[in-house]
Amino acid sequence: MQAARRYFKSFASGFVVAVPVTVTFLDYVGYVARVEGASMQPFLNPEDRSFNDVVLLNRWSVRNFKVNRGDVVSLASPRDPEQRIIKRVIALEGDTVKTRTYKNRYVRVPSGHFWVEGDNFGHSLDSNFFGPVSVGLMHARASHILWPPQRWQRIKPFLPDDRRPLDKDTIAHLEEQGAVSIPNT
Amino acid sequence: CSTDRHGRQIAASPGCTVSPVIRMFFSRLRSAVWKAAAVVGYAVQYGCIAHCTLEYAADFIVCSGPSMEPTIHTQDILITEKFSIMLKTVEVGDVVIARSPTNPNIFICKRVAGMEGDKVCLNPGSFIKKYRWVPRGHVWLVGDNMGNSSDSRIYGPVPYALLRSKVLYKVWPPGDSGSLRGPPQGMLPGLRTMGDTGRSQDR
Repeated sequence: MQAARRYFKSFASGFVVAVPVTVTFLDYVGYVARVEGASMQPFLNPEDRSFNDVVLLNRWSVRNFKVNRGDVVSLASPRDPEQRIIKRVIALEGDTVKTRTYKNRYVRVPSGHFWVEGDNFGHSLDSNFFGPVSVGLMHARASHILWPPQRWQRIKPFLPDDRRPLDKDTIAHLEEQGAVSIPNT
Repeated sequence: CSTDRHGRQIAASPGCTVSPVIRMFFSRLRSAVWKAAAVVGYAVQYGCIAHCTLEYAADFIVCSGPSMEPTIHTQDILITEKFSIMLKTVEVGDVVIARSPTNPNIFICKRVAGMEGDKVCLNPGSFIKKYRWVPRGHVWLVGDNMGNSSDSRIYGPVPYALLRSKVLYKVWPPGDSGSLRGPPQGMLPGLRTMGDTGRSQDR
């Protein structure tokens, strides 16, 4: 009985130490997550595989909400707080972006927002659907692909040539025509 | 060559060249290092417990700015809880802390004036009123001081995922502490014209 109580006590105290330390580690440093869905194909979950990719979600690198264009980030879906989505950052605040299926053709990204898109155009619920997204919704940056092992790699920022923010001359030209809209989230 | 724990040499053996003073120094150094490691370990442990409490249970907030007057003034200290946000029991009329949609590094303190699916008024008080629906997954936040508050009427509906905590009590100043006062007379009815919360409405 005495031994059982002592055992339980040490187990409980170990629990009290281990759980907060683990949770804090996951909150500050990062964690591992499995990517679901086809929205980031062909970069993540390439079609010919029957299992899902596993990525390292780095929390530390986005502690100040600083990201680069082309980074792959995970964020809470603006339409469903429970849902986490993984997308590529296309444009940052102040950039003017040429949208694909959004209601406005050209959009100036408002302050504190960014424009995110899945790589797999047409199979992704992204900024082309819900517009510019608050940067505060960002949760982590995907920094490595961990699994499958043959695809192990550090994820480098990558922006397709046709998805770069528009240059100054084009913006000035479009603004003359009044084609650039600044959406209210 | 062996010493007792005070560093005194017990039995000198040939070939022992380390003097007792140096041995004592190293043994004290070792115990100091262990003590420092224990202190750091406890600090990390309590830091982690503090982080979890502040992140997942309750939090203190020092307010600044005029947007929630007369309910909350600058320098008031509030205690807030996270469970309502996690369990999604936030209701219209609650005062919440959220990450600002226009700057992720600052927090805003506003009153929930509409939930998803509600129809809200963009400009209560003016003659020609404009209305819009609060889209799915969003809330409509308005400051009590409606003449001097930048809120959803400026930056639109706020994603629910940006909400951090719900204000529970005001703990400072002592004369005005306790549960928060309700919204100013007529504020919420003027803002929220229709409510069928739970209805999913696109855009």
